[in-house]
Amino acid sequence: MSLALPNETLLDRSAAGRPFRRSLLQRVLSFCVREPMGTLGLVLVLAMLIAGLGADWIAPYNPTSNDFTAMTEPPSWAHPLGTDQFGRDLLSRIVFGARTAIIVGFTCAIVGGVVGLVLGVASAYFGGGVDMLFQRVLDVMMAFPLIIMALAVVAIFGTGVQNVIIAITIPLIPRCARVVRSSALSIREVPYIDAARTCGLGHARIILRHMVPNVMAPFLILLTAFVGQAILAEASLSYLGLGVQEPVPAWGLMLQGGAEEYASTAPWIAIFPGLAIALTVFGISLFGDALRDALDPKLRDR
Amino acid sequence: MAALLEVRELRTEFRTGAGLVRAVDGISYTVEPGETVAIVGESGSGKSVSALSILRLVPDPPGRITGGTIRFAGRDLLRLSENEMRQVRGGEIGMVFQEPMTSLNPVLTIGRQITETLEQHRAMDRASAQRRAIELLSLVGIADPERRLRQYPHMLSGGMRQRVMIAIALACEPKLIIADEPTTALDVTIQAQILELMKDLTRRLGVALVVITHNLGVVARYANRVNVMYAGRIVESGSAAAVYRTPQHPYTMALLRSVPRLDRPRRSRLDPIEGQPPDLTRLDRGCSFRPRCRFADEGCAAARPALETAGERDHLAACFRRGALLGAEAAE
Repeated sequence: MSLALPNETLLDRSAAGRPFRRSLLQRVLSFCVREPMGTLGLVLVLAMLIAGLGADWIAPYNPTSNDFTAMTEPPSWAHPLGTDQFGRDLLSRIVFGARTAIIVGFTCAIVGGVVGLVLGVASAYFGGGVDMLFQRVLDVMMAFPLIIMALAVVAIFGTGVQNVIIAITIPLIPRCARVVRSSALSIREVPYIDAARTCGLGHARIILRHMVPNVMAPFLILLTAFVGQAILAEASLSYLGLGVQEPVPAWGLMLQGGAEEYASTAPWIAIFPGLAIALTVFGISLFGDALRDALDPKLRDR
Repeated sequence: MAALLEVRELRTEFRTGAGLVRAVDGISYTVEPGETVAIVGESGSGKSVSALSILRLVPDPPGRITGGTIRFAGRDLLRLSENEMRQVRGGEIGMVFQEPMTSLNPVLTIGRQITETLEQHRAMDRASAQRRAIELLSLVGIADPERRLRQYPHMLSGGMRQRVMIAIALACEPKLIIADEPTTALDVTIQAQILELMKDLTRRLGVALVVITHNLGVVARYANRVNVMYAGRIVESGSAAAVYRTPQHPYTMALLRSVPRLDRPRRSRLDPIEGQPPDLTRLDRGCSFRPRCRFADEGCAAARPALETAGERDHLAACFRRGALLGAEAAE
């Protein structure tokens, strides 16, 4: 067949033969150069991840063991961040608290995000009555602030890490579904979805294979925001006594009890866990913002 | 020979805020195995909707197929279940779209998009689907198919993407391909390549082709038969040669006249069709082309003309004023 025109193939080879692809390291480096604040965020997040994952090796003391000879000690060489009213090392508790925050934050964000992603895309894909009904259900769920919704769920299921995860995941689902749906709506109208249907593909396949990958950019940004929100929500719940329970080390929990009682005499008990929460959420927000700029093609080439 | 596709009195309606739109208003045509049939008309004449109706992919709501039958290979497609219909789509009828730029999913490789159809309909494993995909890409004239399989759509030119679309449509050896303005988004030289390719492939593989277009040049060169649509109806139908040589409907005549031609004096003005296509929400009883027709008289407002044999056998036209029309033609 004489239809493969040499011209077209030649032109294409130069343009597409060597796909423009950079290594991961190069991409990370260029991200760091263009987004200094995002890099700061990334460093904070990494520090927290390392602390949480390596807690067993990093923490100088057992976070739950009491040293009754050193109670409410101010920061010193032996206890860099001081001790609390039960003689527990604050640095160790914060490091192990990072682990709790990671478990809760990432589990909630990923589970809530993925469920919301699939529901949101499906809602946009089917459209019509299904979409309408689903959106009204979401409206009802969204009417409650995240923490109120989480409180209600904890009231039903009880406290503890597992239930806290459930309590925070549920209110995240509608928030994710809402955002993802709006992105998916525009993709629904693009011809390749119709093309996929003319190939006889099923609904599930079109949703998962063709639509979900196309909403990944907004979804990833949302996911980072969710990690921050979930960590904050977990800290709030724990502070209110409805989240993680003693003696499990958790930042919100550390702000409660002794921290209030000794606020004037031993302020380090409150300051350091508070700082850990603030820096982590701050870091995640910075990183998420930078990620959005980096993934948004409209802002990319500024 | 039994017709491969037989559309009878197909009606597709859209409920819109402005009222009921009869986008396809009782059209009938047949496609024989291996034949190329063109559906011609201007924007909004219902030609794309009629194609989507065959695959039952008219968005519902607001659209709905309200009547008629679509017999394809002995079955009425309008009576099939959604699952059976999915077997037809891509399996027995392939479709090629207008926009090669947006008809391929940007985040999936070319290979994935071809093998996906094969896995769906042929239950092929990865390896054999891969082999078939390479075969298909060389069939549609893409050089170095192994490498192309791993590439993403943005790495291919418009013409190449349209070739990929054709490869996908051909993947499961369908009996019919519907091409909705397959060349509109391409530049002229690529258009010719794509059309030659489709002509060559349909002939070699014995696939019937329904090509929807507003390009009369495409029709003249590639179609066996032509259906001219206006305002949701077929106003003229016949062999491509006959419709070109002796158009029997004033709309077809005007269309042919409005095409720029190289064999006319270069500075002569084009002869466009005056006015706008009618608003489909407020059609009256009469002939819908009447407001723009040079030959219309009172009789045309009273009723809608039916398709009748005009001139040769198999050449049909829906016009009350054919006598006057032919007289005027002869006088020119």
